[in-house]
Amino acid sequence: MIEVKNVNKSFDEIQVLKNVSVVFETGKTNMIIGQSGSGKTVLMKSIIGLHRIDSGRIEYDGRNVPDMRMKEVRMLRREVGMLFQGSALFDSMSVLENVMYPLEMFSDVSNDEMMERALFCLKRVDLQEKSFALSPSEISGGMQKRVAIARAIALQPKYLFCDEPNSGLDPKTSLVIDQLIHEITNEFDITTIVNSHDMNSVMEIGDNIVFLHQGELAWQGNKEDIFHVDNQELNDLVFASELFKQVKKANQKREAADIKKGLA
Amino acid sequence: MSIVSDIGKYFLLLKRVIAVPDRGKMFFRQFPKELEKLGLQSLPIVLIISIFIGAIMTMQTMLNTSNPLLPAYTTGLVTRDTLLLEFSSTIMCLILAGKVGSNIASEIGTMRITEQIDALEIMGVNSANYLILPKITAFVVMMPFLVIFSMGVGLVGGYFVGVFTDIMTTGDYILGIQYAFVPFYVCYSLLKSLFFAFIISSVAAFYGYYANGGALDVGKASTNAVVNGSIIILLFNILITNIMLN
Repeated sequence: MIEVKNVNKSFDEIQVLKNVSVVFETGKTNMIIGQSGSGKTVLMKSIIGLHRIDSGRIEYDGRNVPDMRMKEVRMLRREVGMLFQGSALFDSMSVLENVMYPLEMFSDVSNDEMMERALFCLKRVDLQEKSFALSPSEISGGMQKRVAIARAIALQPKYLFCDEPNSGLDPKTSLVIDQLIHEITNEFDITTIVNSHDMNSVMEIGDNIVFLHQGELAWQGNKEDIFHVDNQELNDLVFASELFKQVKKANQKREAADIKKGLA
Repeated sequence: MSIVSDIGKYFLLLKRVIAVPDRGKMFFRQFPKELEKLGLQSLPIVLIISIFIGAIMTMQTMLNTSNPLLPAYTTGLVTRDTLLLEFSSTIMCLILAGKVGSNIASEIGTMRITEQIDALEIMGVNSANYLILPKITAFVVMMPFLVIFSMGVGLVGGYFVGVFTDIMTTGDYILGIQYAFVPFYVCYSLLKSLFFAFIISSVAAFYGYYANGGALDVGKASTNAVVNGSIIILLFNILITNIMLN
């Protein structure tokens, strides 16, 4: 579990996060949503420790990250996996070498066991063996994301962060990536935090949804409740797409019909 | 203030770079690759520039010292001392600041803007140590070989002037390059080159590591690495020359 308590972060004079307090639960796909510029990425990077917060606490199962020394943060990060928006695969290495890298850096097992683990991770994300020797530039965007997920789970992390995992992907591939993230979260019982403004993803895999507006926590809940929230900014975000407008209309019609039946 | 801040950031980065690697085997895997990339792949440019500069220096010296009072071996002597004292160390390092410095800055800068460095940090890797230490170490190790190679090839270039032109005889040239040879000049040149190799690789790595933005900023980082690296080389050249030869 990751607990964010009263976190504030500013860059020069601009306050980007304002007294944000959130709990991200273990074994669940926690989604951070919000409009562009709402502070989603800053919040995620602050939780990971890439930004130093101005005040507040960020606790990984009770361990407060801002109080830690660099060496302790580095040790904690070995329990963290991250999927970047652009995949961030190492250009100079092949697909297999990318997944082997964290194992070679931090694992004390034999080379054969490392290879076995790397192959397991690659097969878990449904990548075929013919792609293992290719470099990241030689594979598609969807495959790059899958390699990045395989690399992120290689060391069996307790925490998984995904920054806009569907960025640049077609709807079908986006769905595959979403489902992969969700399955891995449940299978390995990890705390997953996903940064997204893709409402399809939110509705597909969001167990715990956190809505940020202008750096503040504006709403937190689940996907069942999200359609009935009395928050204009959240409604503007959710119902921005035609698909969700249709869903809203259908819900309203159903509710009206239920009310009529009740009265009758 | 920006320069002072950059100098502080540079030394803080060096503190992270000069640490014991997280995994020795990863360092020793990267090290030969960097030796090849930064050292061996620089040989062609060192060869071409040294041979031609050696030849041009010989021709220019001969043409501009056509005084009957000066001994015939003067040209060879001047060419030798110029190569040993300045060309093969300082000038060659300025040229390598362009080739190697821009290579390092753009490679690391591109890794920065594509979040590969963030990915290393998230994994718990000391990215500065992993990426930069092999480069600095490899280039410092290779530089003396490049300098000696440049000296030798430059002298050969001068020799070719005697072979292919009527400006001077090869006998006079060979006599000149042997006359009053001071071995200390070679030590001086090699010591300078070690400092310059460190400057080129560390300054370039600094600018690449702190690049942010997009491709334009990587280009700026590369340019700054070359320009500032060159300026620092020239400053250190004066300092070292004053200490060692004064």
